[in-house]
Amino acid sequence: MTSSVSPSTRANARPLTDEEVDRIRNDFPILDQLVNGHPLNYLDSGATSQNPLSVMEAEQEFYEQRNAAVHRGAHTLAFGATETFEAARATVAAFIGAQADEVVWTSNATEGINLVAYSFSNASLGLGGPAAKRFALGAGDEIVVTEMEHHANLIPWQQLALRTGATLRFIPVRDDGTLDLAAAAGIIGARTRLLAVTHASNVVGTINPVAELVALARAVGALVLLDACQSVPHLPVDVAALDVDFAVFSGHKMLGPTGIGVLYGKAELLADMPPFLTGGSMITTVDMHTAEFLAPPQRFEAGTQRISQAIALAAAVDYLTETGMDRIMAREAELGQRLVEGLAEIPGVRLLGPPAGVERIGLASFDLAGVHAHDVGQYLDEAGIAVRVGHHCAQPLHRRLGVTASTRASTYLYTTTDEVDRFLATLAEVAPFFGVKS
Amino acid sequence: MTNSAMQQLYQQIILDHAKSRNGAPAGGLPPLGEVGTVPGASPTGAGSGLRVTESHQVNTTCGDEVTLRIGVRGGEAGGPPASGGVPASGAEPTGDAVIEEFAWAGDGCSISMASASVLHDTVWGEDVATARAVLNTFREMLRSRGTIEPDEEVLGDAAAFAGVSRYPARVKCAMLPWVAFEAALLAE
Repeated sequence: MTSSVSPSTRANARPLTDEEVDRIRNDFPILDQLVNGHPLNYLDSGATSQNPLSVMEAEQEFYEQRNAAVHRGAHTLAFGATETFEAARATVAAFIGAQADEVVWTSNATEGINLVAYSFSNASLGLGGPAAKRFALGAGDEIVVTEMEHHANLIPWQQLALRTGATLRFIPVRDDGTLDLAAAAGIIGARTRLLAVTHASNVVGTINPVAELVALARAVGALVLLDACQSVPHLPVDVAALDVDFAVFSGHKMLGPTGIGVLYGKAELLADMPPFLTGGSMITTVDMHTAEFLAPPQRFEAGTQRISQAIALAAAVDYLTETGMDRIMAREAELGQRLVEGLAEIPGVRLLGPPAGVERIGLASFDLAGVHAHDVGQYLDEAGIAVRVGHHCAQPLHRRLGVTASTRASTYLYTTTDEVDRFLATLAEVAPFFGVKS
Repeated sequence: MTNSAMQQLYQQIILDHAKSRNGAPAGGLPPLGEVGTVPGASPTGAGSGLRVTESHQVNTTCGDEVTLRIGVRGGEAGGPPASGGVPASGAEPTGDAVIEEFAWAGDGCSISMASASVLHDTVWGEDVATARAVLNTFREMLRSRGTIEPDEEVLGDAAAFAGVSRYPARVKCAMLPWVAFEAALLAE
C-alpha cells in the first residue's frame, strides 16, 4: 500500500462485494444482536468502529502470555513484550508509508495534536535548545486551520496561539462543504508557520485536496499537520507520498481498541522537537536539576505505554491490510453514494456537504426540516439503528452551514447495502411521525 | 413502523408543546431587564418591584440550549449565595413571592423545547412555593427510570414527560429548562 490516494487507485479498486461483507461480519460478534427488538444497524463507525475477533484475541493473547513493561527489565517476558510492542509500531508505520521511528504512540489523535502544540509551545519558551527554535512561535506568526476542523484540530491551536501570541486564521468552507482553495491561497502566506487541516471531514465527508494545500504551505515554508482520523481507517494513506510533516489518527476508528492513537512526524522534525509529557522511559541521564532525553519516538512516550492497545492496533492494521484498503475505500464510496442518493429522495432532508456524484467517504450528515437531530436519532434507535446526532465536535462548521446539530450515518467495511436501505426507509418515517408536513 | 414505544415517549402533548413553544417570544427575548412575557407591555425596570433574573443552560452532549427569564414580585427576595458561590437552597425567594412574568428562548430537541413550554404553562403566575413543589416532583419523576407514576394533580401537562424517565439519555433534555428555572429562582 504505497500509493497515495489518486484517481487511478480509485478507478482500479474493486469494491468489496456484498458476499465478502457478509463474511467480514462473522468476524465482528457485536454486530450480531438485537437492539430494541431489531437487528443492530450500526451506522456510527465515524465515531468509533467495532473490533474484529482477531483484535480482541491479540490483546487477550498478550495478557495471557506476554504481559510485561516494555523498554525496561531484563527478563524474558519484558524482552518479548518489548519486541511485540515495537513490531506493532513497525506494522502501523508500514501501513501509512512511514519509518517505525516516525510513529509515536499517543492515547488518541487529540493527544497527538496536543503533543505537537505543546512541543511548539515549549520551543517558544526556549526549551529544546537552538535546534527547536524552528518551532518557536510568537507575535506575527500565524497558524492556519480550516472552518471544517473537528474541535480536536482547532482548540489545541487556539490555545497555542493564546500561549505564544501567534494568530490563528482559518480557511473558509464553501456552501457545498468543500474548502475555498482560492481563499486558502490568500491566507497561507509568509507569516504562516503551520497549516493544520483534516484529510477527510467527519461531518461533510469531503476528502480535502492535500497535495494542493501542502504545495501552498511548502511555498511559504510552513509545516503541515494532517488530521487523518477519518482517512487512515477508510482509504489507503501514504504520509510520505502526501509529504505532510505530521499526521494523527486514532485506533478505535480503525477496528482497534480505545486508548491508542498515533502521531506521525517526519524523523528530522521529531529529532528537533522538545518533549510534551515528561517522566520515566523518555530520558537518558537525570540529575536533580536536569535531564537528557531519548531520541524519538521514545522522547514523546513518557511513562508506561499502552502496550496491549498498540499490539491490538497492529492486529487491526493486519485485518485492514488483508481486506485491502483500496477495496474498502471503493466499497465505502459506493455506500456513501447510496446514502446521499437515498437522502435526496426523502422530503425535508438537507444534505450537508457535496451532493450525489461528488466524491465522499462513506458517511453523510443531514438536517431534517422540523425535526431536531436528537429526535431523529431517538426514532432511529428505536428501530435498532445507531447514528450520531449533535454537532459532531464541529460547532464552527455547523454554524457555517446554518444548523446547530445534524444527524450522521457513517459506514465501514462491515456495513451492508441492506443496512443503508433500512436506515433510509426508517428515516422516511420520521417527519410524518413528528407531524411535520413536507 | 408501528411504534408504541415512540408514542409513549413522544406523547401528543409533547409534540404539540414543541411546536407551540408557549412563553417563547417569536422574536426571541427582549433586552436584559425586561421579561418579555407580554411583549411591549412589561412593567419592568427600576422601581417596578419586579425582580428579574435569568439563566442560560446548555446540554453539552447535544448543544441544546435554553435561556429563561423570570420576574418575581412580592415575598422576600432570596439571600446572597452561600460560600463558594453555590447558592444555598434557602436563597430562593420566599414561597409567597409570585412568578409574575416568565419568558424563554431556546434551540433544541422536541423534548427540551416542549418541556420549556410546559414549564411556562405550569409555573407562570404561580407562587414560588407551588413552583418549587412542581419542580421537585418533576425531577423525582424523571430520575425514577420509569418507576414513579406521575402525580397528575401536581404536574398537570408535565406528567406527559413520565415516559422520558425510561430514556436516561433524554432526561437531561427534559430537565434543561427546569434546571434553568431553578437557577433563575436562585439567581441574585
